[in-house]
Amino acid sequence: MVEIADLLAAGLLQSFEPLNFAMILAGCMAGLFIGAMPGLGSVNGVAILLPVTFLVPPTAAIIFLAALYYGAMYGGAISSITLGIPGASTAVATVFDGRPMAQKGKANQAMMAAAIASFIGGTISIILFTLFAPPLAEVALKFGPQEEFALMILAFATFIGLGGDDIPKTIFSILLGLVMAAVGFDIISGKPRLIFFDLVEFQRGIGFLVLAIGIYGIGEMLWTLEQTGGKVKLDYVKTTWAEFKKHLGQIKAYLPTTSLGSALGFFVGTLPAAGATPASLMAYGLAKTFSKDPDSFGKGNIAGVAAPEAANNAASTGSMLPMITLGIPGSPTTAILLGGMIIWGLRPGPLLFANNPDFVWGLIGSMYVANFVTVALNLALIPLFVRVLAMPFTILTPIIFILCFVGVFATTDRMFDVWLMLALGLGGYLLRKLNYPVAPAVLAIVLGPLAERSMRQSLIGSQGDVTTFISISEHPISLGCIVIAVMLMLYPVWSNYRRKLANRSTL
Amino acid sequence: MKQKILRPILAMTGALAMIIAAPAQAWEPKKPVEFIIMAGTGGGADQIARLLQGLIEKKGLSPRPFIPINKPGGSGAEALRYLQDKAGDDHVVMMTLNSFYTTPIIQPDLGVDPTGFTPIGLMAMDTFLLWVHTDRDDITDLDSYVKAVKSTGKSWKVGGTGSGQEDSVLTAMMEAEFGYNVTYIPFPGGGTVAKNLIGKQIDSTVNNPSEQMAFYQAGSSKPLVQFTGERMAAFPDVPTAKELGIGIEYYMQRSVNGPPGMSAGAAKFYRNLFQELFDSKEWQDFCTSDGLTCDTMIAGSDLGEFHATQYVAHEKLIEQVGASAITGE
Repeated sequence: MVEIADLLAAGLLQSFEPLNFAMILAGCMAGLFIGAMPGLGSVNGVAILLPVTFLVPPTAAIIFLAALYYGAMYGGAISSITLGIPGASTAVATVFDGRPMAQKGKANQAMMAAAIASFIGGTISIILFTLFAPPLAEVALKFGPQEEFALMILAFATFIGLGGDDIPKTIFSILLGLVMAAVGFDIISGKPRLIFFDLVEFQRGIGFLVLAIGIYGIGEMLWTLEQTGGKVKLDYVKTTWAEFKKHLGQIKAYLPTTSLGSALGFFVGTLPAAGATPASLMAYGLAKTFSKDPDSFGKGNIAGVAAPEAANNAASTGSMLPMITLGIPGSPTTAILLGGMIIWGLRPGPLLFANNPDFVWGLIGSMYVANFVTVALNLALIPLFVRVLAMPFTILTPIIFILCFVGVFATTDRMFDVWLMLALGLGGYLLRKLNYPVAPAVLAIVLGPLAERSMRQSLIGSQGDVTTFISISEHPISLGCIVIAVMLMLYPVWSNYRRKLANRSTL
Repeated sequence: MKQKILRPILAMTGALAMIIAAPAQAWEPKKPVEFIIMAGTGGGADQIARLLQGLIEKKGLSPRPFIPINKPGGSGAEALRYLQDKAGDDHVVMMTLNSFYTTPIIQPDLGVDPTGFTPIGLMAMDTFLLWVHTDRDDITDLDSYVKAVKSTGKSWKVGGTGSGQEDSVLTAMMEAEFGYNVTYIPFPGGGTVAKNLIGKQIDSTVNNPSEQMAFYQAGSSKPLVQFTGERMAAFPDVPTAKELGIGIEYYMQRSVNGPPGMSAGAAKFYRNLFQELFDSKEWQDFCTSDGLTCDTMIAGSDLGEFHATQYVAHEKLIEQVGASAITGE
């Protein structure tokens, strides 16, 4: 413990060296803007700016890229809230409640919640990282296909679990998402499947961002237009110091879900192959399940903004853990960081902590500092960002449409996906009109492939024996997750029953 | 406030304008180059591609960045199909492995002919070793390994990167050679395979050296046999299969290729670029430490001939062990 404190102190000192501190500032700033741009996420940002890091020593380099990764997590929320288009895949869940809040004239509240929750998420996970990196790496190793699958089931359960949403409609939405996730190459045999109309383009599958931007960008716009006939007036509130102080008083309201989201995000982040996008979606589901007022989710509940934002920041820290301790990236962005480390002459893996303590602790120290820098930067810039909403709706709408096109094309580089986005947007609009929740479909298209792969791996390994998921001797973690999942799924039935009982007694 | 933000943006635009204005004579990339990796993150191909990408940036070999993109779907089918559809595009190259041959052979309906791609350069020949967890005290050499597999039977789990990938071919070759049958579990990349061996979700792997190196150095995994002609410098104490009287010698090609119909100018640019990388000290050092063979770079039409020969050899190999033994159907 004393040893950790010493190393951490050295790491913190290191991050205050002029060059390193400048790197933190530059990284956070760049990340914020990259994250806020639809179509550009931390992956592109880190890839594009990797060359910059060859000019400085490895520690400064990783500090820069990690700060950028961080900044992008904060930044993604900006366009999710103000424009209703996810700035990055990791910020999709932020749209669910962030956008409705903005429409109610509470954009700055949502942005403050996003910034503060991100800060809490980042801080909780970096503390966990500092104290428990090696034992957590052991846990990550214990996570085989069975455990991964059980975790996915848990995620689905949180979405079905309780809420004002119609349960059959939620399940329908999940299934729709799963079907779309199945399009493309079979992940085990490599054969093409579900190729609609035999279009070769479908072999590459339906991109998750294509769906998310379609539904939330296009679909949402159409819905708003229909509802208001274009005569929408967004309330634009000046952000004042007094308001910020008032907000601080409200933190209590979303602190529990934020903490939960942080812990969950960190843990999901440490699992190789998961990353921040599933983490933020799962945190959203969990926040909703445990909320006293689940009906208000999707209509502008502040906890619905805080939970996914806390989780995606926590996950970005978490995904550094397998990268550093095992040499396996926990997210697409850390995969690129890993490449950088090899060039800087480091070999990520079990020996990095022992062989390059300066590097590892410099990085850890910088994460603490980067968190403070980003939250300060973000809060300071909120007045500027919410100004977007002061624009007349007739100007804002075309801009959003254009950003949707650009965002999709920039990510996949195919016109086909742009048309697909339009079609999915239209579909999303219809679903919305028919009162189907669309968030579960988005969740399913992200988690579907992960769930499918881990399920099939498990079943291949167990020779088709389904009980492998609930074998207490071999996969206790998996059994635990599944038990909780089943309880979550049954919870709405139970609470409905209780509500009915209560109603009857009052009658 | 506004000015503070505008100023760096203006500066950046200015810098950008200067880059664009630079005169270009020979062909050069005019936009970022997609560097496709036909495998998942953390695997051998991924590590190599990301190292090369970094070296390109570090040495300033390209006026536009190379952006690595993983397309691991369907044992490389996703990546192959993608490159095929990019015919004539000068801004995409792909880091390939042996599934470059095996996947199109096993899946003829994919409609991809790898010999039609634009060959650029063979960066290295990679090697395979047989790995188990160090906790398996009962397994010390190939004999005890075969004994352990046979006594466990079908529930012995071998991890790999996908049916049709080279590790599944090698696994099928071993099954035929030793007369046992194992369960082959596909993972999204060589790095994940390595991690699952250390986490004991699987019993053995045929990872490339670079994928297991960190765990090997940490004492978590041990190699039993190498499938090379001669012992590698990185593993002087590990016997080759040939020394033990087993006729399995198998390598992995690691070449860079462009889509069909790439312009001659672009192909030349990439050929020169990868030649420079190949000759660099950093690359040669990586080859030595990770057990890759990198003597001379086979490039251009020579590489095309190499692909044609390898394609035929893999067709024969797959016929021998049977496509069904590889796909597990």
